Amino acid sequence: MKINVTGLQAWFGEHQVVKGIDLAIPSRQITAIIGPSGCGKSTFLRCLNRMHELVPGARSKGRVLLDDTDIYASDVDPVLVRRWVGMVFQKANPFPSMSIRDNVLAGLKLTHRYDRTDAPAVVERSLRQAALWDEVKDKLGEPGTSLSGGQQQRLCIARALAVNPDIILLDEPCSALDPIATARIEELLLELRRDYTLVIVTHNMGQAQRVAERTAFFLQGELVELDDTATLFSHPRDQRTADYLAGRFG
Amino acid sequence: MRHPIDLTANRSGLLAERAFVWVCRLGALVPLAVLAWLLARVTADGIGRVSLSFITDPPSQLDAAAAGLGPALLGTLWLIGLTAIIALPIGVSAAIYLEEYDRRSKLSAIVELAISNLAGVPSIVYGMLGLGLFVRALALGESVIAGALTLALLVMPIVITASREALRTVKDSLREAALGLGATRWQTTRQVVLPMALPGILTGAILAISRAIGETAPLVVVGAVAFIMYGPDGVDAPYTALPMQIFQWTSNPKREFLTNAAAGILVLMATLLVLNGFAIWLRNRTQARRT
Repeated sequence: MKINVTGLQAWFGEHQVVKGIDLAIPSRQITAIIGPSGCGKSTFLRCLNRMHELVPGARSKGRVLLDDTDIYASDVDPVLVRRWVGMVFQKANPFPSMSIRDNVLAGLKLTHRYDRTDAPAVVERSLRQAALWDEVKDKLGEPGTSLSGGQQQRLCIARALAVNPDIILLDEPCSALDPIATARIEELLLELRRDYTLVIVTHNMGQAQRVAERTAFFLQGELVELDDTATLFSHPRDQRTADYLAGRFG
Repeated sequence: MRHPIDLTANRSGLLAERAFVWVCRLGALVPLAVLAWLLARVTADGIGRVSLSFITDPPSQLDAAAAGLGPALLGTLWLIGLTAIIALPIGVSAAIYLEEYDRRSKLSAIVELAISNLAGVPSIVYGMLGLGLFVRALALGESVIAGALTLALLVMPIVITASREALRTVKDSLREAALGLGATRWQTTRQVVLPMALPGILTGAILAISRAIGETAPLVVVGAVAFIMYGPDGVDAPYTALPMQIFQWTSNPKREFLTNAAAGILVLMATLLVLNGFAIWLRNRTQARRT
């Protein structure tokens, strides 16, 4: 198992949104997290790279092991955790002041690990991995924000890949995209799973079925059920999972 | 059963609408008219006196035609320069701390309250604070640095408030993008947030300079001198400033000095325009670069 979560709880101020979750995530697979709005799935995801605590008043408790390292141990620098565990957000957020090239290199430049001689190779490798290279190779100097929504999201994926993470968290990465752009991202995720461990939060149950080996169903801050995607969708063990999948609540 | 639709215009409603627009338009025109009238009067009275020697010559209490405002202009440039050097870094740092590091904490709330109160304190009170703190306690004397420190305190709330507003306009999604790539808070602030907030911060600097350049009351208290033949030659030198010089001339019993005062106002306004023009140019340049 790549990630081992035990007894994870998370709060915004006094409001508890994640209520004790145990979950193991295997290496080089896609794990999907589904559930209705407010079920704590995004917060859970943000606990996996210590982004949750950045919100004023937010805190968490519990253990998250990456390989065998507890990322909540007192001697761990959360900044370094985030280089190991990359994140792609709901809305594409390329840096508006930067070109396509500089967006890809942003993680290295921001953290002063930028090497001028390696840069072109890093840009090409990352953009190829994000299936964007052919579309942008002739206009790397143009602003990242000049791309279409789907391209911007793939640019953000390239930017996350450029810092060499092991795990990539995706928080509803296609919720602002049309079906064609969504399909391209899904293809890309299936490619990436050969080299990376992916965890995707999604509202789209079809998406979970298309890309994920395993799916977890969250409800009101708790993990209701975790299974092979095919099994979870065809034979849910819990009545609440069955009701949610049947669209009886949402 | 359907009633026919009545499309007849409501006359009194339309009139009220029109009247309201005119009231608003007048409101917008009043400041324009006042400024135009002021400029016209001052220009008519003073433009004849503005010349290179008027700008560079030392003042004279006897001969209005020979008097200049060289020392006062230099004094103002020293004051504004030092004020900006002191107030901008401190004010921007305070804003960064409050917005980027300590949002929504008790300390921020208290500091916020203190800043809005400071913004309402009469400038003469800042003068007395400056007199007690800088001139006497820190023994800086009646020097240009004491004046600049006092003005820096005075404009600090403007700088902090404008910088905070500017930092707030930067979307949180961009901070998250940078932090999610493993950047520290400082790297995120320095390389992502500050460049985007710079135009707004410069707007705050413009407002602060405009405020500082016209202040007279606190300078009287912290000891800007009424009559001096030379501009400052260091931060510890005695000084005077343009508004002080203008005030001196208007209170002189000889009528010819009123012409000098009008000309002095023109120079003051021109100085303000040049300084603000520079800041606006800088702002537009940074804005052009980020889009």
